[in-house]
Amino acid sequence: MQLTYSAKQQAFRAEVRAWLKANVPSKPLASYDTREGFEEHRAWERKLYESRLSMVMWPEHLGGRGCDLIEWLIFEEEYYAAGAPMRVNQNGQLLLGPTLMEFGTEEQKRHFLPRIASSEDMWAQGWSEPNAGSDMAAIRSKAIRDGDEFVINGQKTWSTRATFADWIFGLFRTDPQSSRHHGLSYLLVPLNSPGVTIRPIKALNGKDAFAEVFFDDVRVPASNLLGAEGQGWHVAMATAGFERGLLLRSPARFQQTARRLVELYKANPQVAERDPSVRDAVIESWMGAEAYAQAAYHTVGLVEKGAKIGAEASINKVIWSELDLKMHETAMRILGPYGELTGEAPEAVEHGSWLEGFLFAQAGPIYAGTNEIQRNIIAERMLGLPKA
Amino acid sequence: MDFTFTEDQLAFREAISRFLMTEAPPEILREIWDTDDGRSPELRRKMAEQGLTALSVPEEQGGLGMDDIAWSLLTQELGYYAIADSMADTAYVATGLLNALPADTPRRDEMLSRIAEGNVRIAVGHSVNPLIADVHLADVVLLEHQGEVHGLRRDAIGYERNPSIDSSRRLSRVTFHPNADSLVLGAEQGRAVWAQTLNRGALAVAGQSLGLAQRMLDLSVDYVVQRKQFGKPIGSFQAVKHHLADVAGKIEFAKPVLYRAAHALARGEANADLHVSHAKLACCEAAWLAGRHGIQVHGAMGYTWEVDLQMFMKRAWALDSSWGDRAFHKSRVANAILAPDAPIGPQFTFEG
Repeated sequence: MQLTYSAKQQAFRAEVRAWLKANVPSKPLASYDTREGFEEHRAWERKLYESRLSMVMWPEHLGGRGCDLIEWLIFEEEYYAAGAPMRVNQNGQLLLGPTLMEFGTEEQKRHFLPRIASSEDMWAQGWSEPNAGSDMAAIRSKAIRDGDEFVINGQKTWSTRATFADWIFGLFRTDPQSSRHHGLSYLLVPLNSPGVTIRPIKALNGKDAFAEVFFDDVRVPASNLLGAEGQGWHVAMATAGFERGLLLRSPARFQQTARRLVELYKANPQVAERDPSVRDAVIESWMGAEAYAQAAYHTVGLVEKGAKIGAEASINKVIWSELDLKMHETAMRILGPYGELTGEAPEAVEHGSWLEGFLFAQAGPIYAGTNEIQRNIIAERMLGLPKA
Repeated sequence: MDFTFTEDQLAFREAISRFLMTEAPPEILREIWDTDDGRSPELRRKMAEQGLTALSVPEEQGGLGMDDIAWSLLTQELGYYAIADSMADTAYVATGLLNALPADTPRRDEMLSRIAEGNVRIAVGHSVNPLIADVHLADVVLLEHQGEVHGLRRDAIGYERNPSIDSSRRLSRVTFHPNADSLVLGAEQGRAVWAQTLNRGALAVAGQSLGLAQRMLDLSVDYVVQRKQFGKPIGSFQAVKHHLADVAGKIEFAKPVLYRAAHALARGEANADLHVSHAKLACCEAAWLAGRHGIQVHGAMGYTWEVDLQMFMKRAWALDSSWGDRAFHKSRVANAILAPDAPIGPQFTFEG
């Protein structure tokens, strides 16, 4: 056990810190759940890419730096500490990217990966359907082979920012006789294809944060198939593990929220006198975020030594989503009557960002596999309890 | 940056675990705890043969010279097998205290050698614990008096035993008269030694609590897999699964905190108090939940003396307030992170 950073790691940290100091916009970008904000965030991604900071773990020929997981953690720590913009293309960069690297043809990799790193292509995901939520294997949307094309019919839903995105990836039933997780294929579909209809869904924040996507005889070339036909479930699950979970929600994000919460608490000392339990919640929040960071470093160390991480990813998901909720609930209690004020309110605290975060935190225990599903996975795969 | 253990550290832990699995099963512990003294000289001798008592005695005194980081693994095993306080207090906490004394302190080296050989029991009395564990068989009792370190033989102190609900515990209220003969270290240096000893005691309890949590989880998993109701194992019901999944989550996220704290203590980091208190809180919380959810999924069986869960659960309850209760450790965390300009946030995980 050796918990100090190497000179190379320290130099990388210093470089990232200096770059962010010089480049992070002083005024927050518009919400990426709006058309205007989406494009502002795309421009920010482009800027990161030009300094090879959009995907630091990707190899150099794809615009990255070939960083290892420790350097990635360092990057994230600096990124969140600097209050840099939210990452708008995580679907493409963290979910699709690694899948392409593992299952894509050379041509697919060459075409798509650089455009993902630069966010020239912005991606939405197409997993859920109206009757396939937690039970994702109940997917019914079809993609029927017709010569060199697939013809897609069906409906996807809860596709984050699909209203503004360029492409969607997802699972479609290519074998109409199949059931459950058999006969599904992983397809890449341009959202401007004829026959695609997008109906925005307003989220809690009143913005078009996600959408329903309807497919009506949408034709895509067979070359848009990722992995083998009928193997879509396997392709989608292969990269569903620890790395993906950790990358999606790095500990730095929560450590930064915890730090801001401590500051908010210190700035409102009268709250502690009126309700001592708030102080306890602040301390618990800091400890939770810190534990998540230490767990990440520990796990990264094990992964670098060759360990395979399985159901622990489900523990991560439960922990960070419930921690995020707790931190934002605590902030709302500290803000008291100012908590409800939106960013437009003249008297809003910190541009209403706690409220935004509080609303988004409500989704945490639901998206990316509900926490009930995650707890089932922990119980069955880690503890060996029998299936229902 | 490498937040993992060496092969040697892991192998030692594995060896001790296998040994204790055979030598300290619940039925043997019940017999031992049922005696007045509650201790087995035979088990103690065997543990010493395995090298447990020599673990952090320096090599010059016949020990293995390992540090808090190794103990963060070993204390989990002591907890998992509910090994009574005397082992951790002698081999880890008292050894740490003796190691911290100036090298020319009379009898220090001799005492360390005897610990390594496994033929001495030392009880440690820090003011954070009103009652002291395992005084009743101690050869030597190390006591705090206004920051000074005093060392006395058991026959030179007064003690009154106070039974605990944890059958493994043997607690006493100690009275003694500090004098020039008993003085080991003056207050000026003594305060620093006691501060470090408190951290070591808290970390010993943290590790044991985490081991206890794991034991209670394992017992609960075994039980819900074999116990059937409505024609199925109760472990197939979501409500039961989720109780145990929550315990697994608490345990997994307490481990790295324990290791982080052990590292801070071993390296004498400035913020060791903060990390140790965090670890104590996280590990004890895991044990507390493992007990609560453990008894719940055991149903009425969990409320009995007969089922082994109670042995581990009561020990977890007892340790929860030992070496600093929650209020004590929470205050230390609060004082550190709420201080003006406290180095907290994503950039300070390891550089606070």
